[in-house]
Amino acid sequence: MQVADEIKPCFPLFNSDEYQDVLARKRTYEERVSPEKVAETFEWTTTKEYQDLNFARSTLTINAAKACQPLGGALCGLGFEKTMVYIHGSQGCVAYFRTYFNRHFKEPIAFIADSMTEDAAVFGGQKNVHEGLQNATKLYDAKMIAVCTTCIAEVIGDDLGAFIGNARKEGYVDKDFPIPYANTPSFVGSHITGWDNMFEGIMRYFTLNAMEGKAPGQNGKINIVPGFETYLGNYRVIKRYMKEMGVDYTYLCDPSEVLDTPATGEYEMYAGGTTIDEVKDAPNAITTFMLQSTTLEKTKKFIEGTWNHEIPKLTIPMGVEWTDEFLQKVSEVTGKPVAPSITVERGRLIDMMTDSHQWLHGKKMAVFGDPDFVMGLVKFMLELGIEPTHIVVNNSNKRWEKAMKNVLESSQYGIHAKIYPGCDLWHLRSLCFTDKPDFIVGSSYGKFIQRDTLYKGPEFEVPLIRIGFPIFDRHHLHRMTTLGYEGGMYILTTLVNAVLERLDEQTKLLGKTDYNFDLVR
Amino acid sequence: MSVLNREEAEALIQEVLEVYPEKAKKDRAKHLMVNDKKLESAKKCITSNRKSIPGVMTQRGCAYAGAKGVVWGPFKDIIDISHGPIGCGQYSRGGRRNYYSGVAGVDSFCDMMFSSDFQEKDVVFGGDKKLAKLIDEVESLFPLSKAISVQSECPIGLIGDDIEAVSKKKAAEIGKKVVPVRCEGFRGVSQSLGHHISNDAIRDWIISARDGKLDAGGPYDVAILGDYNIGGDAWASRILLEEMGLNVVAQWSGDGTIAEIENTPKVKLNLLHCYRSMNYIARHMEEKYAIPWMEYNFFGPTKIAESLREIASHFDDTIKEGAERVIAKYQPMMQAIIDKFKPRLQGKKVMLYVGGLRPRHTVGAYEDLGMEVVGAGYEFAHNDDYDRTIKDLKDATLIYDDATGYELEEFVRQIKPDLVGSGIKEKYAFHKMGVPFRQMHSWDYSGPYHGYDGFAVFARDMDMAINNPCWTMFKAPWEKPADAPVAEAA
Repeated sequence: MQVADEIKPCFPLFNSDEYQDVLARKRTYEERVSPEKVAETFEWTTTKEYQDLNFARSTLTINAAKACQPLGGALCGLGFEKTMVYIHGSQGCVAYFRTYFNRHFKEPIAFIADSMTEDAAVFGGQKNVHEGLQNATKLYDAKMIAVCTTCIAEVIGDDLGAFIGNARKEGYVDKDFPIPYANTPSFVGSHITGWDNMFEGIMRYFTLNAMEGKAPGQNGKINIVPGFETYLGNYRVIKRYMKEMGVDYTYLCDPSEVLDTPATGEYEMYAGGTTIDEVKDAPNAITTFMLQSTTLEKTKKFIEGTWNHEIPKLTIPMGVEWTDEFLQKVSEVTGKPVAPSITVERGRLIDMMTDSHQWLHGKKMAVFGDPDFVMGLVKFMLELGIEPTHIVVNNSNKRWEKAMKNVLESSQYGIHAKIYPGCDLWHLRSLCFTDKPDFIVGSSYGKFIQRDTLYKGPEFEVPLIRIGFPIFDRHHLHRMTTLGYEGGMYILTTLVNAVLERLDEQTKLLGKTDYNFDLVR
Repeated sequence: MSVLNREEAEALIQEVLEVYPEKAKKDRAKHLMVNDKKLESAKKCITSNRKSIPGVMTQRGCAYAGAKGVVWGPFKDIIDISHGPIGCGQYSRGGRRNYYSGVAGVDSFCDMMFSSDFQEKDVVFGGDKKLAKLIDEVESLFPLSKAISVQSECPIGLIGDDIEAVSKKKAAEIGKKVVPVRCEGFRGVSQSLGHHISNDAIRDWIISARDGKLDAGGPYDVAILGDYNIGGDAWASRILLEEMGLNVVAQWSGDGTIAEIENTPKVKLNLLHCYRSMNYIARHMEEKYAIPWMEYNFFGPTKIAESLREIASHFDDTIKEGAERVIAKYQPMMQAIIDKFKPRLQGKKVMLYVGGLRPRHTVGAYEDLGMEVVGAGYEFAHNDDYDRTIKDLKDATLIYDDATGYELEEFVRQIKPDLVGSGIKEKYAFHKMGVPFRQMHSWDYSGPYHGYDGFAVFARDMDMAINNPCWTMFKAPWEKPADAPVAEAA
C-alpha cells in the first residue's frame, strides 16, 4: 500500500511483495508455458541456430528501424515559412505522425488530415481535398499548404494535382494560394523517401515553370538541402559556418525554429522556415549542397535537370574528413576561404580526439539508423579508432550500400564490419548475442536489445548509446548537433562518456572491482 | 478565473465557431454544448461519433489504432501482425504503456512490432501469399506465442485481399488461433470502430473456444474488461478485487492472455471499466452466456468505494464484508493523501479532452482533491457516453466532441483552467501557453492511476503539474507584465 510521504509510481510499486503476489496469483489463470520452457526458449533465441532462422526471414519485419513516407513528407513541409502540412488520406496516419514527432521533439506539431473514410475510399477523395483546403486556409492562417498522401489515397489512385486544381477552380481555395504537393505512398521506400518527394514537390511547384531569367550563380548564394534531419543543432551549425565564412546561403527547408519555440505564454503555430521567395530564387544560387546525398535521388534529379546546378559530389558532413571536404567545397564554389574560427573549432575537435582516443580505440560498436546518418557516424568512428561491427540500415538502397562498403574498406578499423542492408532490429538482436559488440549506437528502439542481452546475464549486456531518430526516452537530445566539427564534439563526448559510465558501472563494487574505480580517467 | 455561467459558455461557443466556413460551422456547432444536468439524454444537444471534418485538425486516430493499439496490443501472448505498409506498426509501438509481466520475444510480445512491410508489388499483386508465409515465419521464430492476429492496414481492404481465408488455413496448419481483424484505418470515423471490430473478432474467433468444456467456475469468479493496464492500472485494480474475496479470472486486455479470454465465459460477473471500448463483448457475453456486467470506476476514493460496494452487491455477505474491509483498510491512507494534496489543489479548475471514458470517469478523482472539471470532451465517444457524462459533470460545464486543435486552444485561452488533461498531440501547445498539463492517455509516463494505490500517484502527479515552479518564470523581468501567461493570470 502507498504511503503518503513516499508515493511510488509503477516502478518500484509493482516490485513490492504485495504486487508480486498479485502477479503470481494472476499467473495461475494465464496457462503460460512453464518457466523452464521459457528459459530454454529464451536461450535458444540467443544462439547461432536461431540467428540463421532469423536471417532466413523473407516476409516478416520485426522491430523495424524505419517509418513510412508521409512522415518524412510532413517533416519537410514543416521547414517552410508559415506552411501547414496537409495530409490527404486517413486521419489516423496523421495522428501517428504528429505523435511520433511530439514524442521526439517534445514540441507541438500541427499537421492536418482530410479524414478520408469509407465513402472516400469508394468515390475518391476529391470532396475531402476541397473541403479540407477550404477549412485549413480559413482556420490556420498559413502562407502555404504542403500536401502529401497516405496509402489510402495512393491505393485508390487519387489524382492530387487535379483535385487541387479543381479546388481552385471551384473557389474552395484562392486561385493563387500556394499548394505544392507530392505523392508519398507508404509502400515505397521509407520516411527519407517521403522527405525527398515532398521537397522535390515544393521545389517543382515554385520553380519548374518559373525558370525564365534564372541561371546558376545569379544570386551569389549557395543552397543547403538538409534531407530528413531531426537534430536541430545541425541546421544551426551549418548556418554558423556559412556566417563565419561570409557565405550567403539559402537553407532550403529549415524547421529549426518551429521545432524549438520558446515558452512565452502564447502558442505560435509557425516560426521561421524557408520563405517562398527564397525557394523561387533558389535556382539562381551558385549550386546546391545536399547534406544527405545517398537518399535524395529525386531532388538531385530535379535540381540538376531544371536548375542546371552542378551538385558537388559530397558525403554527409560528419566527422573530420567529410566536414573538411564540405567546407573546402563551399570555399571552392564561393571563393570564400574557410574561416579561421572554423579552423580553430576543427583543432579543438582534434584536440578532444587526442584526449579521448585511449578510451575509444578498438571499441566495438554496432550501429543502426538512416542511411546517410549511419554512414557519417561510421566514418567518424573509423577516425576515432572505433571498430564498427554490425551496420544495420532498414531503409538502405544499393547506392548507399556501395558507398558504405567503400568507406569501410578504406580503414583498417572498418575491415571487420559487416553491412546489413534492409535488416531490422530483431536481426540486430541476434547479432548482439552471437557476436557481441561493446555498445549499440542508434535510436531509442535499441533499448530493447540492451534489455534482452542483459537478461542472458550481465556479461552479455550491450548498452545502447542514443544517437539517431527517434529518441523518445531521453530529453532534449534532438537539440544537439551531429554535423560538422561541433557535431563531432557532441558525438565524441557522448561516446567516450558512455564508455566511462559503463566502466564505472562495472568497477563500482566496493572491495571487489573498485581497484579500477578511478577518480581520474 | 471564475467558472463560466451558462450564457458565457454559450457565447464562447458562438465566438469560437465564428472562424469556420459556413458548412464547417454548422457541423461543428452540433458537437459543442453547455451541460444541463436536467437532460434525460444527450442526443438532442450534442452529436457524436460522426465523421471528422477534413482540414480542421482533428485529434482522432483510426480503427487500426483502436484495434491494434488499444484492444489487441495489450494481450501479451498474442502476436499482432500489422499487415500493410511499415508505418502503422512502427507508430503504434510502445506508446501506450500497457504493462505486462513476461519475457519479451519468448512468451510475451507487447513491446515488439511485427509488420508485413508492404511494398508496391504487394499492393499490385495482393498480399495473401506473403501473409501466409509470414505466419510461418512468425511461428518458426516465436513458437511459444499462443495466437496470432492480423491487423489490417488501409490497403488490405482496398486491394481485396482475403485475410480471412489465409487466417483459417494457417490456423489449421499451425494449430493456433489466427484472427483476421478488419480494422483498416478508413473504416468508421475514429478509433472507436476499431474497438468494436476487435470485440467482434474476439467474439467470432476466440471466445467460444471452450464452450461446453469449461468447468462451472467458482462463485466469486469475475473478469476485468476494458482495463489496458496502462502504467499498471489493472494490477492496482485487481489487488482490491482479490482483497475483497473475488477471483479475477481474466484481464481484458492489459496483461491478458488468450487463456483468460477463453475462460471468461465461466465468470459470474463482468466488470467493465472502459465502457466505450468493451461494452460490445460484455453485451455479447450477457446474451450468450447470461453473464451480467456492470460498469465501475476506480478513479479516486469516492468512486472506488461506490464501485466496490456495487460490485459486492452482486455477491453474498462474504464479499460485501470484503468490500467494507477493503474500504476501511485503505481509508487512512486515502485520508493522508487528501490531507497532503487537497490544500495544494483546492479550487483548481481542470479541462479534459481524452478518448471515450476518462473525461467523465476521472471527475470524481479530481473532486476528491477539491478540484473542479470545467470543460470535458471526447475524441471518439458515442451518445451513450454523453448520456453518462451530463450526469457526472456540473451544470454549465463546456462539453466538446471531436474538438479541433483550434477549438481546444481557444477554449483554454478563454477559460484559463489551472490544468489541462489531454494527449501528447495537445500537450506541448498548452505548455507553450503556460498551462499545466498532464497526459491522460499514457498517464504522462507515470501511473498507475486506478485503484487506491493509483489515486496516490494521481494526486502526486496533479500536484506536481500545477505547482511546479516552472510556470511562474515565463516572463523575463524586463518584459511587460501585461503579457502574463495564462497560468499566472488564473
